[in-house]
Amino acid sequence: MLSIFLNGRLVQVPDGISVAAALLGAGVTAFRHSISGEPRAALCGMGICFECRVTIDGRAQQKSCQVTCCEGMKVDTA
Amino acid sequence: MTRVVVVGAGPAGMAAACRASENGAQVTVLDDNPAVGGQIWRGGSSAIWFQRLRKSGAEFLGGSQVVMADARAKTLLVERAEGFRSLPWDKLIVATGSRELFLPFPGWTLPGVMGAGGMQALVKSGLVVKRKTVVVAGSGPLLLAVASYLKSRGARVAAIVEQAPLKRLVGFGTRLLASPGKLVQAAQLQLSLAGVPYRTDCWVEAAEGEGQVRRVLVHGAKPIDCDYLAVGYGLTPNTELASVLGCEVSCDGVRVDRRQQTSVADVYCAGESTGIGGVDLSLVEGEIAGLAAAGRPTEGLTAKRRAARLFAQALADAFALRPELRKLCRPETLVCRCEDVPYQKLAAHSGWREAKLLTRCGMGPCQGRVCGAAAEFLFGWGHTGVRPPVLPARVGSLVVEEETQS
Repeated sequence: MLSIFLNGRLVQVPDGISVAAALLGAGVTAFRHSISGEPRAALCGMGICFECRVTIDGRAQQKSCQVTCCEGMKVDTA
Repeated sequence: MTRVVVVGAGPAGMAAACRASENGAQVTVLDDNPAVGGQIWRGGSSAIWFQRLRKSGAEFLGGSQVVMADARAKTLLVERAEGFRSLPWDKLIVATGSRELFLPFPGWTLPGVMGAGGMQALVKSGLVVKRKTVVVAGSGPLLLAVASYLKSRGARVAAIVEQAPLKRLVGFGTRLLASPGKLVQAAQLQLSLAGVPYRTDCWVEAAEGEGQVRRVLVHGAKPIDCDYLAVGYGLTPNTELASVLGCEVSCDGVRVDRRQQTSVADVYCAGESTGIGGVDLSLVEGEIAGLAAAGRPTEGLTAKRRAARLFAQALADAFALRPELRKLCRPETLVCRCEDVPYQKLAAHSGWREAKLLTRCGMGPCQGRVCGAAAEFLFGWGHTGVRPPVLPARVGSLVVEEETQS
């Protein structure tokens, strides 16, 4: 198991899990909000649609479905 | 030594890399995913090709995004976690595969509505679906594979909703008899899906819920409650990189000749980026492209490719999309999810380019990868591909590229 910070909250996740899967597993439904304010979450699961963008370790606009969680990672939704 | 770069490490890219490397070329394979296998073999399920690739001596660079490509200078600009890298090649093999075709309907932007293949990819990357209720919908044999996989991970599959009419599927079933391997696969799927309702001639009309999908309205039946809706209408080729290189592309995919050579010298294309055809066709096309790039004869594989193409055609006929799917959007239903452009704003325009200029449709980060294919189906518009950078890139990568060129 690994520890990551989800919006500042410490969460335990299994090794090898993607950030998108970790977010859904932790009950996060809105990964971000669209330009008109709708909640959005992962759609394509393969890095094409850009719906699952989050901030990872301070870097904005990261595709959470394409990034594997690592120890101490900080993930922030918007 | 010929330097061959293969973009995409799915079945076509792996087969191409193996063949080119085994025939004396110096091979580098790139993929944006961290591991080889592509979407279909995500998490590893073809030991034979994984081993063969390892033994072949080809180099693999995972987590690599191609942001620019120049067919005259014969270089790729690749962005990786540690920074950008310019990669020269003598022969380039484009094996960028396909993506799911998403069609808009009311509620399709709700969290919890995902692609069918998309949901499978997320579960393979760690999403737990035990005791979750999922509706699997759209079209194509992928729905059966996804439903079976989700069930094996403990999900309750409430229904499989297939838009194709039963009589065409029966016709396709008869064609399966000609390829016993596929028949066994089909039978195994059927067995693992015992007890799951398979509704043909049926499609999702809307998804509902507050901030999260809770129920699915399907044509001619009662609403179905669910935690997730996994919906995909088959696959559409990824042609962006090929079109940036200047290769001729039709609505079916990248045009290639008998040796998988594109209209651009020294650029080959293999697998689903040349047209949707399934894993067997991707493998044989990849093998041919790899041999051709290494300067070897390819005639020995022509018959195998012909047989795989026949199967692909039968598949396309059986799961052709029905016209009712063009009528699902309400005026306010969003078609472009990046720029939040509704159906009514698009319907007023005469083509993709005009719609882009006046509504910003297709101008967001996905560059029309989702709404372009949808608009092609809804309005019959040809979409024009992307302009470089092929994917959103860090400004730093582009600045360095400019400096190295000047």
